[in-house]
Amino acid sequence: MGSLLSQLGLECGGKDVREKERHLRANDRELNLSYKYADNAIKTSKYNIFTFLPLNLFEQFQRLANAYFLFLLCLQSIPEVSSLPWYTTVVPLVLVLSMTMAKDSSDDMNRHRCDKQVNNRKVEILIGGELQSEKWMDVQVGDIIKLENNQFVTADLLLLSSSEPLNLVYIETAELDGETNLKVKQALTVTGKLEDSIEKLANFNGEVRCEPPNNRLDKFTGTLTLNGETYSLDNERILLRGCTLRNTQWCFGLVVFGGPDTKLMQNCGRTTFKRTSIDRLMNVLVLNIFGFLMIMCLILAIGNGIWEYQEGSKFAAFLPKGVNAPFSAFLTFWSYVIILNTVVPISLYISVEIIRLGNSFYINWDRKMYYPKSDTPAEARTTTLNEELGQIKYIFSDKTGTLTQNIMTFNKCSINGKSYGELLDFSGQRVEINEKTEKVDFSWNNLADPKFCFHDNSLVEEVREGNPEVQAFFRLLALCHTVMPEEKKEGELYYQAQSPDEGALVTAARNFGFVFRSRTPERITVVEMGELVTYELLAVLDFNNVRKRMSVIVRSPEGKLTLYCKGADTIIFERLNPSCSNLTEVTTEHLNEFAGEGLRTLALAYKDIDPEYMEDWKLRHHEANTAMDEREEKLDALYEEIEKGLQLLGSTAVEDKLQDGVPQTIEQLSKADIKIWVLTGDKQETAENIGYSCNMLRDEMNEVFIVSANTAEEVRKELQTARRKMTPDGTEEPTVKKSRSGLFCLLKTETVADEPVNGEYAMVINGHSLAFALEKDMEMELLRTACMCQTVICCRVTPLQKAQVVELVKKYKQAVTLAVGDGANDVSMIKAAHIGVGISGQEGMQAVLSSDYSFAQFRYLQRLLLVHGRWSYLRMCKFLRYFFYKNFTFTFVHFWYGFFCGFSAQTVYDEWFITLYNLVYTALPVLSLSLLDQDVNDWWSFQYPQLYTPGQLNQYFSKRAFVYTVLHSGYSSLVLFFIPWAAMYDTVRDDGKEIVDYQSFALLAQTCLLIAVSIQLGLDTHYWTAVNQFFLWGSLSVYFAVIFTMYSNGMFLTLISSFPFIGTARNSLNQPNVWLTMLLTSILCVLPVVAYRFLRILLWPTINDKVRYKVRQDKVLPPAPRRVQARRTSTRRSGYAFSHAQGYGDLVTSGKFLRRTPKSRPALFSQTDSPLAQTQPQSYRTISEWEEPPLSP
Amino acid sequence: MKEELETANRPDNTAFTQQRLPAWQPMLSAGIVIPGFVLIGLAFIGIGVALFIASQNITVLEKDYTGVEITSDCYKCSNPSDKNCTCKLDFSLSNLFEGPVFFYYGLSNYFQSQRSYGVSKDDYQLSGDLDYFKTPISACSPYQYDANQNPIVPCGSLANSMFNDTFKLYQIVNGTKKLVPFDGKGIAWWTDYNIKYRNPSVTPLKNAFNGTVKPPFWSKPAYELDTSDPSNNGFVNQDFLVWMRRAALPDFRKLYRRITEGDYASGLPAGNYSLEIGYNYPVLSFGGRKKVVFSNVSWMGGKNQFLGIAYLVVGSLCVVMSTVMLIVYAKFKFPEDD
Repeated sequence: MGSLLSQLGLECGGKDVREKERHLRANDRELNLSYKYADNAIKTSKYNIFTFLPLNLFEQFQRLANAYFLFLLCLQSIPEVSSLPWYTTVVPLVLVLSMTMAKDSSDDMNRHRCDKQVNNRKVEILIGGELQSEKWMDVQVGDIIKLENNQFVTADLLLLSSSEPLNLVYIETAELDGETNLKVKQALTVTGKLEDSIEKLANFNGEVRCEPPNNRLDKFTGTLTLNGETYSLDNERILLRGCTLRNTQWCFGLVVFGGPDTKLMQNCGRTTFKRTSIDRLMNVLVLNIFGFLMIMCLILAIGNGIWEYQEGSKFAAFLPKGVNAPFSAFLTFWSYVIILNTVVPISLYISVEIIRLGNSFYINWDRKMYYPKSDTPAEARTTTLNEELGQIKYIFSDKTGTLTQNIMTFNKCSINGKSYGELLDFSGQRVEINEKTEKVDFSWNNLADPKFCFHDNSLVEEVREGNPEVQAFFRLLALCHTVMPEEKKEGELYYQAQSPDEGALVTAARNFGFVFRSRTPERITVVEMGELVTYELLAVLDFNNVRKRMSVIVRSPEGKLTLYCKGADTIIFERLNPSCSNLTEVTTEHLNEFAGEGLRTLALAYKDIDPEYMEDWKLRHHEANTAMDEREEKLDALYEEIEKGLQLLGSTAVEDKLQDGVPQTIEQLSKADIKIWVLTGDKQETAENIGYSCNMLRDEMNEVFIVSANTAEEVRKELQTARRKMTPDGTEEPTVKKSRSGLFCLLKTETVADEPVNGEYAMVINGHSLAFALEKDMEMELLRTACMCQTVICCRVTPLQKAQVVELVKKYKQAVTLAVGDGANDVSMIKAAHIGVGISGQEGMQAVLSSDYSFAQFRYLQRLLLVHGRWSYLRMCKFLRYFFYKNFTFTFVHFWYGFFCGFSAQTVYDEWFITLYNLVYTALPVLSLSLLDQDVNDWWSFQYPQLYTPGQLNQYFSKRAFVYTVLHSGYSSLVLFFIPWAAMYDTVRDDGKEIVDYQSFALLAQTCLLIAVSIQLGLDTHYWTAVNQFFLWGSLSVYFAVIFTMYSNGMFLTLISSFPFIGTARNSLNQPNVWLTMLLTSILCVLPVVAYRFLRILLWPTINDKVRYKVRQDKVLPPAPRRVQARRTSTRRSGYAFSHAQGYGDLVTSGKFLRRTPKSRPALFSQTDSPLAQTQPQSYRTISEWEEPPLSP
Repeated sequence: MKEELETANRPDNTAFTQQRLPAWQPMLSAGIVIPGFVLIGLAFIGIGVALFIASQNITVLEKDYTGVEITSDCYKCSNPSDKNCTCKLDFSLSNLFEGPVFFYYGLSNYFQSQRSYGVSKDDYQLSGDLDYFKTPISACSPYQYDANQNPIVPCGSLANSMFNDTFKLYQIVNGTKKLVPFDGKGIAWWTDYNIKYRNPSVTPLKNAFNGTVKPPFWSKPAYELDTSDPSNNGFVNQDFLVWMRRAALPDFRKLYRRITEGDYASGLPAGNYSLEIGYNYPVLSFGGRKKVVFSNVSWMGGKNQFLGIAYLVVGSLCVVMSTVMLIVYAKFKFPEDD
């Protein structure tokens, strides 16, 4: 019982006593347990064996629909009211409840399994003076645990000591924030002294006081009291659960937060339950239908009152009345509520779920969304959002890892005016490079990286022939960088590069014979064409985003001083020696060509330096470096001074490898009128470059607006200028359509109308400006301007801003949004968007885990949307339209019959028919329609992406469509009731016996109805598979089989009261006029629809009609679409992009490790210009080697 | 083996999972729709003509005998307090009323379709289950037990309100009345007579009804409904069966007798007839009407003009529609090359 209560307590999410401060003492389990902190076991499951049934039922009956059916069931148990036997509601209700229950239990079982797996991971805990291997769940707050390399961090730990110098540890936070580069944490020196001495650790009795559990990943405040002295603790000392230990043999940590208290678990929170717009529309409709139902019931009840008053009271001789007219009317009202509830039958909800589930399975099963390289099929992680996939209007995409592979390849270069990397055939034509193209053989170089590919042999020849420029080019690449080498085994080199660009460049140099082998703070060792050469590293002129270049000054073994510089072409060209002007021209041409291909370019230059000058410069450099004020400026001035008069060597072109098919996918999606916004944490240049390489930005665009202002006013001005340029005669004020929506019209919505734009524009906005633009008073301006642009790229945005942008569009556009990303920094936007898509197969799983759909490649998005999404939407809409049609028709007939049965809630049909109509007779055909229907196949869907647009405009199912459906049902029900009525009026069988008795009439009416709705289904089916045929004909045959069975002698004799319709089928279905009536009703129901549709296709054909017509015309598929040729245009813009951060220069000249870092420049890795810095400061650290001064106790 | 492992998650390549099931994809093209409409239209006109002619050939003679008008002979019986009243209805036929002639009684504004009326019977009792003779189901209330708590058999409003007017038809031949023989056998459904309704297997039948009372409106108990034919008693009495098959609509007619015998096997010859009515059944209280109907039938059942006309109208509309569509199609058809 206690566990049940605690379970419920946990479910309700209320902790009675909120922890104010956490206090714990290392190695003192007794004290720590007294605080009752959560241990390290996690629990994401919802139920256990005992709580499952009550909790699950409780949850299920919270759904309005289920509660409503329960209410109906209660009504039916009142004999005065019950117009239908109880089983008509119980059978479907039990079916729904048990199906949902089965699904919930299997979900929860999975969660239990996951929990168990995580909780049972092993970790070494220091207990009683020795290390013991224990399960994760047994870890308690205050325990000291030992982690080894590549292990997951078990809980939130205070780092005590590590194997690395200066008590550093390297961790990867991919699971937490998606960043795959390593971060550094450093233990307090005082705890670092514990090292791996078990004895010391076991005697460690530091007390920690810190903040209570919270979800801020970037903040930690607390103190450690040890031997009477207090040390302050911050985030730098904390290892968070979910990180992975890298490049560190071992480390010890003190558990501060365990299990549910860890920041990881505090962060995951309850995922918000996403609903589709169809869902919301359906809720509104269902509510309206209830209203409508009540009106119908009211009319019939009033009719009953009048009838009772006028007729019933006089009819009393034959039908004595127990109640007066008003009370009878009251009872009748409820009786009709029971009968007419078939307008919203339970099977609606079951069917919707089944359809969504089925369409989700199609996504999982799709081989064309399966990525063989990583053996990853697509996965629909949420099974309730499918039709929304067919309505996407905005896609928000991450860049790195989503559009790109995050792999840089050294593709081309221009050395001394000659371009390499292009393959030409004999006639001088470019050869397209693909996987089969022959690669350059690097076997002559035993240090070469076997994964490196290059296709132009001429470069190798040049370098082997000893071309000095080429050699200097690669020497530069081997020297001028901040890469750290790792040589685990002789000859097996690994480079740890801060940016993949640099990695690519250094690897290229390595393969071309200039192998960067090792570095110390003062030396760089390079193997130059097999010869070991050691350069003395005199200075690193670090990279930053203003300088856009980095240089090194080295002394060669011969004593020659050289400055090597690489950087943005525009910057380098300004600093060239005038003698290079010819070369500059040629190189510029090459650069333009590279940029046109979307490659990221860097210009390379060198300069020989006079040793005396160097001496002087070095002195001043040292002065500047230690200056107390204006140090940055002084350094910059010094750098500026020496990086002058450079000699151009050439340029590199690195390809930020797009994932396969990205440009084609983007082109397809934009043809489908889907707007794609790229939201990336990357730099502006990099983002722009990708924009060009995947065709989102094009040179032929009228203008690409770049918003990168620093104040709110400037941002507003830039936005306005851009907008006015796009629509010179547009209105100043946005056209905002205010409306109300949602249940009971409680939701106020504002929709900003799309504004027409002449020409194509694009906007690039950086995170800094975005911060201003997202303010309340400017968001409208941002939205208007951005929505007018074909392409929007937001760079340097924080995860929070990503979500804000999504929310902004959601709020004012009322459009369906999709966010696609791969890293943890995309999680917020994935959760914020209507649909979140995670790219799996990359390192972090966080994005996938919080996504609704996941697959391995961005290009599958087009299939997900244009094929699966479109079909799902089409099917769901068809289903809803048809389902409402068949049920309204079914129900309206009861309404009409009310006028002929004294408004007595007499059903028109047999009760069995009412029970089985939705469950058996029409269930499978409509399911096969909504699981198999296709208007055109996937090939044509890709051929005509425009087919996607009706979904965005909500054309297939809306309130309007619903009203049409209701009117259509009204017509059909009139036909279905009054034709049999008139045809049977006063008539008899061909042997003179009765045929207008209630039972025969019921049989006639229900058969007419079933045939009419079946034909209507046939009309709605565009794709007749064998399954459709089988289910449709099967259901009709089953119907006839069932009525002959149920109306048979045998059934009657077994259960007399349940099968009173004995003989009805035999007696009426052998009458020609019965069949003729059925034929007439069917034709009358169907032909107007056929005529209307035929004329509509002729007069107002939709895109679907046109494409379907075209499909008919060319039965044979035309040849596969031609491959989009890689663009070979030349452009005037700079292709410079370099995803490098400032600060690594200092790291590699790690003499600084040994020197006291000046106070004014504390953060080695701080990037003041990166907004990421505010959210993820844990990536940046101060490495200090002095002891922390104890705070005064 | 390695390859298999690597592609362990590859989805199956079946037509179903890949949504490539072969399918027929019809379109509402002019080539199908317009000829379709013409064909349906022509077929309907054909059926309509046949139905119309069949219906026209059926002779129906309807006579209201409620006795609302003072001129009517049955006016005298319309006072419900008047028991065992007899009235007569005279009519003459100028031509032969072709046989076999069916004789119906019809009621108007009579709600057998009322739900509480319809459910007021006990199927178990009516299938001869003696347990339900003693305790009829509550749906029969207030005709479940009489004032002395004796169970009513057959119980319920439906049975209680059984139509009990009686008819005798005479042909006036030279001033003398010649009885037209009525055939009351087999006027109910075979299934009702043989399966659905059964008397308890007690002989004599009367004993089964011991301890029960007849429905209050009945003049005779169930086992004495037809004194002339012992097998036509109890629940399998043909008139009872016809009554118990309740009508779907408030205006209905029910088969009373057939005229198939003797001189009348080929129909009612022209001449004067007199129908003697045992007027028992009160309908005026609720504004109902009673009538008698003589009718013969065709292959399509009783006379019903509607079906034939409806077929003709729908058929013509189809033809008209097809012309309209043809015109529209000629004007707006898709360009052949798009």
